Amino acid sequence: MAILILGEHDNSHLNEATSRTLSAALEIGNDVDILIAGEDCAAVAGAAAKLNGVRKVLLCQSPLYAHMQAENMAALLSPLMADYETFVTAATANGKNIAPRLAALLDIQQISEITTVLARDTFERPIYAGNAIQNVRSAQEKNVITIRTTAFAPAEAGADAPVEILAVGEDTGLARFVGEELSQSDRPELSSAKIVISGGRGMGSAANFDMLERIADKLGAAVGASRAAVDAGYVSNEYQVGQTGKMVAPELYIAVGISGAIQHLAGMKESRIIVAINKDEDAPIFQIADYGLVADLFTVLPELEELL
Amino acid sequence: MKLLVPVKRVIDYKVNIRVASDGSGVELANVKMSMNPFDEIAVEEAIRLREAGLASEIIAVSIGPAQAGETIRTALAMGADRGILVKCEGNVEPLGVAKILQKIVAAEAPGLVILGKQAIDDDCNQTGQMLAGLLGWAQGTFASKLELEDGALKLTREVDGGLQTLFLTLPAVITTDLRLNEPRYASLPNIMKAKRKPVDEKTPQDYGVDTTARLEVLETKQPEARKAGIIVENTAELVERLKNEAGVI
Repeated sequence: MAILILGEHDNSHLNEATSRTLSAALEIGNDVDILIAGEDCAAVAGAAAKLNGVRKVLLCQSPLYAHMQAENMAALLSPLMADYETFVTAATANGKNIAPRLAALLDIQQISEITTVLARDTFERPIYAGNAIQNVRSAQEKNVITIRTTAFAPAEAGADAPVEILAVGEDTGLARFVGEELSQSDRPELSSAKIVISGGRGMGSAANFDMLERIADKLGAAVGASRAAVDAGYVSNEYQVGQTGKMVAPELYIAVGISGAIQHLAGMKESRIIVAINKDEDAPIFQIADYGLVADLFTVLPELEELL
Repeated sequence: MKLLVPVKRVIDYKVNIRVASDGSGVELANVKMSMNPFDEIAVEEAIRLREAGLASEIIAVSIGPAQAGETIRTALAMGADRGILVKCEGNVEPLGVAKILQKIVAAEAPGLVILGKQAIDDDCNQTGQMLAGLLGWAQGTFASKLELEDGALKLTREVDGGLQTLFLTLPAVITTDLRLNEPRYASLPNIMKAKRKPVDEKTPQDYGVDTTARLEVLETKQPEARKAGIIVENTAELVERLKNEAGVI
């Protein structure tokens, strides 16, 4: 039986999380369809149809789905699942919001944030902030799965799958969108950036994050933060890397003034190269860093900016 | 308006997790247990709503072993009014928890259910959304701000790009994110008072819910450890190594 992916997008661009989800889905089975639900999002469906391995794209356009709110999304997805054995979506804010609601409507115990597909019914997933890994097997007829995007490579584009128009589902009328404050940045997106430079409480102030941003611009990097830096108000919530924030696994992760609480390490320890800059030589971050520099970040950052 | 606050007993967030050598799970013997930190935020938010005159009663629910009663006492010491302990041995999956909560909601008729967005043991992030789905209620997940206005709830939530604001019809399910509030510590007099607050004891059978696990855990193992790295002398050496040794810049 077939697999349905819920595509992640902002009504104009397909998020890379979807092509990573596709790679995971293709390890589970072959007949993989992608649903693009949103408002005026035909271009997104076109982009999804180009991904190698997609059987077809389902396109459902309505203001009801403009912000992918869980109530109406689950109402749309639930009847669709009659034709599918498995539902897969990325563990993004939308995926985490929608998938469990759908799972409950279908009487399915969801499998959250898988990192490896061992068999079509058996998966690896981290628990305890990645301090343990569980192998779980589902005996259910159908499954609802979210994937940790950093664990799967993006599928390539090059195909030309058909796009099928889908009728609009029920309006539950339960939630109304009021507005959003999204950060505007020309830098790469945190969860898919090749290089991430993150600051912690050691940065000392919001103004000091400018130093990280200048280095990020030189490296083409995204800027992240520890929970301590977000709680202190240096940067806003979307910067947070960690167990309950964003998961990142870039080629290079530079941790500046971050001590390395397990909750932070959970979000970045899959990075290929980790650099830690901290004046406390006992900081736990050094235990997982490939390159450690024990020094005052206020000395190092200007030097780094000049040398890059 | 009544508020229902489910709370979970988990290994304390400061404890270093040890995986059992036989692959059966994580070591729980002699390990400090606490209320899931996101659930503390849920309890705190409920108390603030009652203090603002927007709620009449706070019911703390825990589903787990007999010791989960201690987690309910913690919620009562913070300020919840009464408790319901649904005793069950073994792990209950989020779907089972949500089904029990659905029955408790039917019996208690709360205006809001406030839960932590995820438990820091299984990191599932499912129960609130599942409960909302089973009830057919609105769901406000990852909440960083709550405002009650004329029978509707204005809610700000943390999303990938920043913050989103929604109006939800009541009753609704809310799940808490880190920035919603800072939970209070229970004072000694309140800890003493909490001992006299009523806690009902129930079982899943009382609610007619089958909590048999749907997923089989085949193995729990330790993650691959990272290889120890090196300490560089200065910024110049760091840049040189990143360029020529690691090849990442």
